[in-house]
Amino acid sequence: MAKVKMTVNGRQVGSECDDRTLLVHFIRENLGLTGTHVGCDTTQCGACVVHMDGRSVKSCSILAVQAAGSEIVTIEGLSSGGELHPVQAAFKANHGLQCGFCTPGMVMTSVDIIRRHGAQLDEATVRAELEGNICRCTGYHNIVKSVLAAAAEMGSAKEAAE
Amino acid sequence: MYATNYHRASSVQDALALKSSTDETKYLSGGMTLIATMKQRLAAPSDLVDLRHVADMKGITVSGRSVHLGAGTTHYDVSASAALKSVCPAICHLASHIGDPHVRHMGTIGGSVANNDPAADYPAALLALDAVIVTDRRQISAAEFFTGLFETALEEDEIVTAVTFEAPEKAGYSKFANPASRYAMTGVFVAKGAGGVRVAVTGAGADGVFRHAGLEQALSANWSPEAVAGVTVDSSNLMADIHASAEYRANLVKVMAKRAVAAA
Repeated sequence: MAKVKMTVNGRQVGSECDDRTLLVHFIRENLGLTGTHVGCDTTQCGACVVHMDGRSVKSCSILAVQAAGSEIVTIEGLSSGGELHPVQAAFKANHGLQCGFCTPGMVMTSVDIIRRHGAQLDEATVRAELEGNICRCTGYHNIVKSVLAAAAEMGSAKEAAE
Repeated sequence: MYATNYHRASSVQDALALKSSTDETKYLSGGMTLIATMKQRLAAPSDLVDLRHVADMKGITVSGRSVHLGAGTTHYDVSASAALKSVCPAICHLASHIGDPHVRHMGTIGGSVANNDPAADYPAALLALDAVIVTDRRQISAAEFFTGLFETALEEDEIVTAVTFEAPEKAGYSKFANPASRYAMTGVFVAKGAGGVRVAVTGAGADGVFRHAGLEQALSANWSPEAVAGVTVDSSNLMADIHASAEYRANLVKVMAKRAVAAA
């Protein structure tokens, strides 16, 4: 057993777990943040994507002990003051989800894509960047639309602020 | 996953000490292969020594055309390095097509070469670039380092700390990615430098990554995609599996070589 401490959604947390405990299970079971999903056991589906020290990672492929000391952001940490994050709002507006199971991973991935590429996103880039996320409803078309809409929205919001 | 004990190394010396004090220990870098394998219970190390926090093993240095990649450098950092792109864009292109973005944020070049998966991308680049694999105790040329399927010249507790190479005049990489895993069903890295033309193939060889003499001769005589047409690729020592026969891979070697030269 290890006492694992990290920052999750801006809050210092600490909890005991086995060394073999995956970060996703630590987040879901030890911290009770069940927005991060487990969709496969083969590291392929991306439903578990969170941000670790500012980058998207699969929390099912990292041990909680590996993440000790890091800063984690989960889907619960995106919105602020009751307002949806622009990516969440774009998924809602563009019907970017059907059953919703893959959505937390899709949204966390999309935020990371927009962080790296800015507003200058095209459809081909979004599709290539979504390589690590599977939607078994196959609702990709509207997911791509949502990411593009969010990128444009966040780009113009940034311009307005400058 | 079976139970395991985790240790975080703060330096290379620390990692070596941790490894020798425990049996059935494995080094853990990004973990993008090892953790997935442990989840499937295909690997069950008693202990893990995490190398991700060893500061000396990180970072990219380019001086003139000499490139030094710390073993702990992630695929994403290789793909996004402006300094590296200015001297050897082919390796940035290669890194940007490993796995998916989340894998590239964690996976490292040191982990990839130490694992030497026969379908991994980096072994082709390192062999074609005549790279040197630097460890905690010596320097090994890529030609001597990659010895077979998942086999390397590394000793049991040896740690890859860096990879170095001279950026060639021209280089290109093209792979036919498995549609599900994005591993190379065949990937070809071509490089034209002071030492001549070198062509390395991954994903296709029954014994792992290899150089192709016929392609090297043809491209030495005429560095153009058309030069590939007259080369014969023997399928007898190539891999065959549910994804592709050996003959299909032999053809892919030529097609990927052609595209790699065109991209160089």
